[in-house]
Amino acid sequence: MKKVSTGVLSLGLVLSLCFGFSLFTFNSAIAWEPKKPVEFIVMAGKGGGADKAVRFIQSIIAKNKMSSKPYTPINKPGGSGAEALVYVKNAKDPDHTIMFTLNSFYTTPLRQPGLGVDISKFTPVGRMAEDTFLLWVNKDSGIKNVDEFVKAAKAAGNKWIMAGTGKNSEDNILTDFLNKAYGLNMKYVPYKGGGRVAKELAGNNANSTVNNPSEQLGFYQAGKTVPLGAFTPKRLPLFKDAPTFKELGKDFVYFMQRTVVGAPGMSAGAKSYYQGLFKKIFDSSAWQGYMKKKSLQGGFLTGDALMSYWMREKAVQKAILQKMGALK
Amino acid sequence: MRMAELVMGLVMGIFSIYLMWKSAELPIGWIAGEGPGGGAWPFWLAAGMLCSCVAIIFRWAKHVTPESQSDSPFMDRRSLKLFLLNAVAITVFIGLFHIVGAYGAIPIFLIFYLRFMGGHSWGLTSAFALSTPVITFLFFEIALQKTLPKGFTEPLFLPIFDFFY
Amino acid sequence: METLTLLIDGFAIAFEPLNLVLVIVGCALGLFIGAMPGLGSVNGVAILLPMTFLVPPTGAVIFLAAIYYGAMYGGAISSIMLGIPGASTAVATTFDGRPLALKGLADKALVAAATASFVGGTISVILFTLFAPPLAEVALTFGAPEIFALMLMAFATFVGLGGDDIPKTLFSICIGLVFGAVGLDIISGEPRLIFGGLPGFFHGINFLVLAIGIYGIAEMLWTIEVSQGEVMISQASVSFKRILANLRELKLTLKTMVMGSFLGYFVGILPAAGATPGALMAYGLAKTISKDRESFGKGNVDGVVAPEAANNAASTGAMLPMLTLGIPGSPTTAILLGGMVIWGLEPGPLLFVEHKEFVWGLIASLYAANLFSLLINIAFIPAFIWVLRLPFTILAPIIFILCIVGGFVPTMDMHDVWLMLIFGVVGYLMRKLNYPMAPAVLAIVLGPLAEPALRQSLLISGGSFSIFFTRPFASVISVLALILLLLPVAKLLYEKYLK
Repeated sequence: MKKVSTGVLSLGLVLSLCFGFSLFTFNSAIAWEPKKPVEFIVMAGKGGGADKAVRFIQSIIAKNKMSSKPYTPINKPGGSGAEALVYVKNAKDPDHTIMFTLNSFYTTPLRQPGLGVDISKFTPVGRMAEDTFLLWVNKDSGIKNVDEFVKAAKAAGNKWIMAGTGKNSEDNILTDFLNKAYGLNMKYVPYKGGGRVAKELAGNNANSTVNNPSEQLGFYQAGKTVPLGAFTPKRLPLFKDAPTFKELGKDFVYFMQRTVVGAPGMSAGAKSYYQGLFKKIFDSSAWQGYMKKKSLQGGFLTGDALMSYWMREKAVQKAILQKMGALK
Repeated sequence: MRMAELVMGLVMGIFSIYLMWKSAELPIGWIAGEGPGGGAWPFWLAAGMLCSCVAIIFRWAKHVTPESQSDSPFMDRRSLKLFLLNAVAITVFIGLFHIVGAYGAIPIFLIFYLRFMGGHSWGLTSAFALSTPVITFLFFEIALQKTLPKGFTEPLFLPIFDFFY
Repeated sequence: METLTLLIDGFAIAFEPLNLVLVIVGCALGLFIGAMPGLGSVNGVAILLPMTFLVPPTGAVIFLAAIYYGAMYGGAISSIMLGIPGASTAVATTFDGRPLALKGLADKALVAAATASFVGGTISVILFTLFAPPLAEVALTFGAPEIFALMLMAFATFVGLGGDDIPKTLFSICIGLVFGAVGLDIISGEPRLIFGGLPGFFHGINFLVLAIGIYGIAEMLWTIEVSQGEVMISQASVSFKRILANLRELKLTLKTMVMGSFLGYFVGILPAAGATPGALMAYGLAKTISKDRESFGKGNVDGVVAPEAANNAASTGAMLPMLTLGIPGSPTTAILLGGMVIWGLEPGPLLFVEHKEFVWGLIASLYAANLFSLLINIAFIPAFIWVLRLPFTILAPIIFILCIVGGFVPTMDMHDVWLMLIFGVVGYLMRKLNYPMAPAVLAIVLGPLAEPALRQSLLISGGSFSIFFTRPFASVISVLALILLLLPVAKLLYEKYLK
């Protein structure tokens, strides 16, 4: 018994010593810097577009020694991002928790109000890019433009297979738009992840998709798939031959945001640190090159501008989901 | 043993029913032109579990399986004591992860296990209790950059991180 | 012949001093990571990815490929020594590897696993070199119906896996499949089976949580009870003479190794399948064609070499759709794909044309990684055996710690650690009542692959099962799977009524 109590005593002594030491380092810091490895939550699974971007950002940070502590990506793809949102909302250490988000940042809290996630509570760090969507078909189909696509899809009725990345996802929203705008009855088949969807089209297991450029790029360059139209305001430099749907008389523009979000309750020092860091990353030649290659759009947004962008997008997504009937 | 076979069959049967009920939150039937609904796969498999449990209990009643014929106790006193001792130790160990973190829990668990369950010397015990957390830390946190839970010992690690990065 | 010259050039790249060092370091690291329960090749590659920007792209991918291979070898170590599969690809290795270790023949099992991995790797690299482009085209046409048929076949080859108690085996398969369905239903986009509304269930039940619970915690509790907390785990001894003798004995299993390699390679190529189904099917097939079927599951060396040859062959196979189509065949190749993007390489059909030196350097280094993994592995066998000779009261707490940390790391969520404890305790009680547990672990791996494929197929066909019998590849595989599934039933009926 005696032994135990001395043990406890000395342990306490060591603990308090270390405590004092760490408090001391706290105070001596001038500008805020991360004090331990930063958790970089990804709202999607390993190997997807968001995950690739995070690992790319991680490598930019490490390569250019932009931060004194490492950034560790943690994938939390569960429940269309619900798991990630809840985790970040309840983050024990908001100063060391950031998250890379997709459009599920808006749609998941809207569709699952039970999570109690209010995105206006999250800390706006920086919008890194907006990903674009195009309508793709397999080259073997011989379809060269949207008119031919509409004709073929109409003839096939519900035998026309549109592959996408999940029910009520971005791909589903775009499919619904096409069905409505052109009076089609395409069947939407969800797959896990955009890469898989792209492959289903190239392998002729689907008739069309609405992939991001980065997902179809390989097949496009190999001459296996063709983009027919772009859901962007202007034609994309990489796919000059694909007209926008706006040009075709259907006013529909849709983006996928790629934004870094901080945990709610992040301290002001940490907030401005991450905002500065991601601005630096955005401006780096590595990230700019990545954006160009992946046909990513959009400038850097942060602070209040980013927050009002979120609120605007949230309203847009809400209207779309309501129209689809995915929201009661 | 015979009793345990019945209890396990019953408990798992009830669990199957719970799973079926839970699966039924999504449509479990056939949706025309689409195939089975979102709850169908787990629902019908849970139904399969239930059928298996019914078969297990039926075979129990007919004394078919070796377990249902055996009169020996499911666990003798000594086994029960060992099982409880180990199970409780692991449970407390995992619980400690939340409070004192991995690097507090590991030495406590090792001291308990090596010294009090294994009867090893204090020298050997302390060697393991000190080296294991250090190796774990170096391997997971520094080499692999996987952060383990630290509970209230978190601030102690900040200077260590400063040292390594 | 052009590919041969390219491969030779590739070898020249792989054996450049820097790349050679990277291969050796990568293999050793991978071996270590793979040998930890809970950490597999996915973790190794993902974790070390950011370190690779220090070297040129070819060196980087060589490093990661070496980790990948090393971890595949290492997975077998944890399966044999601890009875805990380090990754889903090594589940089948536990079936016979563990019994061998318990018999005191751990060295035999380790040598067999390492050699089989080497044979599997070698055969698959040869196949890769010969048939890369045409096979990529075949893999591309594999859609949901083909994948479902393939999963059916994987199950069919495993019908005989459980014990003699059919209701308990059936129960085990069903519970594994139901647990595999936890999380998100991707077809309807709805969360399902979120027990108690806990957010930890949103990501589903990770295969490792069940595997470590059952093979780690439950198995340890079982061993403690059997040994009454006193006996040592096994009395293995080792010398290089014994290792050599083991190597010579392996000639007898060559046929199984070759069979496993081919099977593993072709299953590995298929997108979304990965190395696990290949390893399971190889084990099932080895058992089916063996003259000594009874000894499977009790320590048959064929049961170790078949899945090990297959999973290594499959990991090379999985590189094929990744490189040629940009489609990862396994989670690990998905990360490698991400890596290639970081290094500025665009995977896809053009990679073979535009970055020949990269592709063939990678293939050649896969081969080099294979060789070095074998050598490092064999060199370390005495060390592994030594660990087994530690008193059980030292080994047990260390294994418990490994289990718990290993259960935490894949998802970084304590929720999974608690779940693992529950699986461990309940699994132990069920094991005492002779419920077979391996089918549940297999089911939780294959279920999440099979269910979406089934439902996607039915969506495409408008709800008609004819889709599995009207497409050329799907129909062949489906018919084979059905024959395999019905064979035991037919045998049973025959024995009952006609004899």
